[in-house]
Amino acid sequence: MSIFTMPSLGADMEEGKLVEWLVKPGDDVKKGDIVAVVETQKGAIEIEIFEAGQIGALLAEPGQTLPVGAPLARLGVADEAEVTDPVAAPEPAIQASRAAALPAPAPAPAAKPVAAAAPGDAVLASPAARARAAELGIALEAVTGSGPGGAVLLSDIENHVSAGPQPAAQPVAEDRPKGKPGLDMTEMRRAIAAAMSRSKREIPHYYLMHEIDLQSAHDRLTALNADRTPDRRLLMGAFLLHATVKSLAKVPELNGRYDVEPYAPSGQVHCGMAVAMRGGGLIAPAILEAQSKDPDEIMAAMRDLVARTRSGRLRNSEITRGTITISALGENGVDALIGVIYPPQVALVGFGAPRVRPMVHDGTIQPRLAVTVSLAADHRVSDGRRGALFLTEIDRLLQEPAIP
Amino acid sequence: MTPTDLRAAFIADLTAVAPDLDPAAIGDNDHMQDDLGLDSMDFLNLVSALHKRFGLPIPEADYPRLATAALAVAYLDQALAE
Repeated sequence: MSIFTMPSLGADMEEGKLVEWLVKPGDDVKKGDIVAVVETQKGAIEIEIFEAGQIGALLAEPGQTLPVGAPLARLGVADEAEVTDPVAAPEPAIQASRAAALPAPAPAPAAKPVAAAAPGDAVLASPAARARAAELGIALEAVTGSGPGGAVLLSDIENHVSAGPQPAAQPVAEDRPKGKPGLDMTEMRRAIAAAMSRSKREIPHYYLMHEIDLQSAHDRLTALNADRTPDRRLLMGAFLLHATVKSLAKVPELNGRYDVEPYAPSGQVHCGMAVAMRGGGLIAPAILEAQSKDPDEIMAAMRDLVARTRSGRLRNSEITRGTITISALGENGVDALIGVIYPPQVALVGFGAPRVRPMVHDGTIQPRLAVTVSLAADHRVSDGRRGALFLTEIDRLLQEPAIP
Repeated sequence: MTPTDLRAAFIADLTAVAPDLDPAAIGDNDHMQDDLGLDSMDFLNLVSALHKRFGLPIPEADYPRLATAALAVAYLDQALAE
């Protein structure tokens, strides 16, 4: 038995509003299943579960705004009998509203009388606090710890009890200006401000720039697209992203999340892609496992992510697991973009708008399509020499006739 | 299809790829990228939708002829007549 809690969808997120449950008690779930929708500063996000099991009691109702870490549901881990909690079960309203659409939950397996100690293994707590919480049937996740590293102490348990029921549902102002539905522009601005301020405060950036001749890549792309219907055409952005992801194999330390010491690069490339919102603001959802995708697959993933960023829903893994971010200005921007790293990532690659420029090619000055690529990287984990190797590798890959 | 029908179809596909645009506020001469803020992905999705609706190939070389609603209606009208 474990507790499924309000996930953190970014270092700056403090709370989220539960919009909808996509599961009901008794449902079997596997790792990666989408179980709920939560409204955040980045819009409505589909929440995946990271453990297999059977959904027990739902502990939060749609409409509630809950702090990060607040219990949302009980999860019976596979091959463990479900424990029904006689105390915490604010279910009737949910059951009633969903009863019409959904079959009745399967009867729970015979409930074993178990001391309510199992949940909370992931929470730092003193042994005394753990024992007392179990005795009182309190989920440690729900208690604010005052000990080292936020550990829950015995006194925190007593305070939690004497404080009475927590004011879990805090009404939020509903009259703020809205961009697309479910997206609060003021909140998004605040989220960007928090992340970027943290980046400039904590990350010693260094910057490199390099001009790349894109003419041959452009010619290959044009030839490729000429034989394709519009739905199968590629954009230059897919080439750029593909080359960038491939180049990380040569300088792997630029790919990772610096959230624990010591820093360790990520084996997989979850490539964030900055998507600008027309009303202002941006979101950088990640293409997961981009290192194994060819340009066509990259393009399909980009289409899907952009569409869901604009009008649909992103998943929490897409906005919390990025290991590097690429920001591209598209066709109608300025020459170069020097980025701010999205923490806890350690590098951001910026592409300016490709533009025809006079370049020396085969010994003569010719009009060639060119793009300026920049790298903003964390000097704690890499140096300019390695960064330069990375940018020249992107250049080299874009000249290769074999790609795509 | 009359030019009015073509325009309605074009605006429908445009607002499907850019749901934050108000159909009533799109002017005939608004430029897709410069005025309406479409990026290259949005524009490609618009071309894909028009391809699906009208069965036209719409090669990349013709993209500038879709830059505004007025241009697009003229282009679609001509392409469908051929």
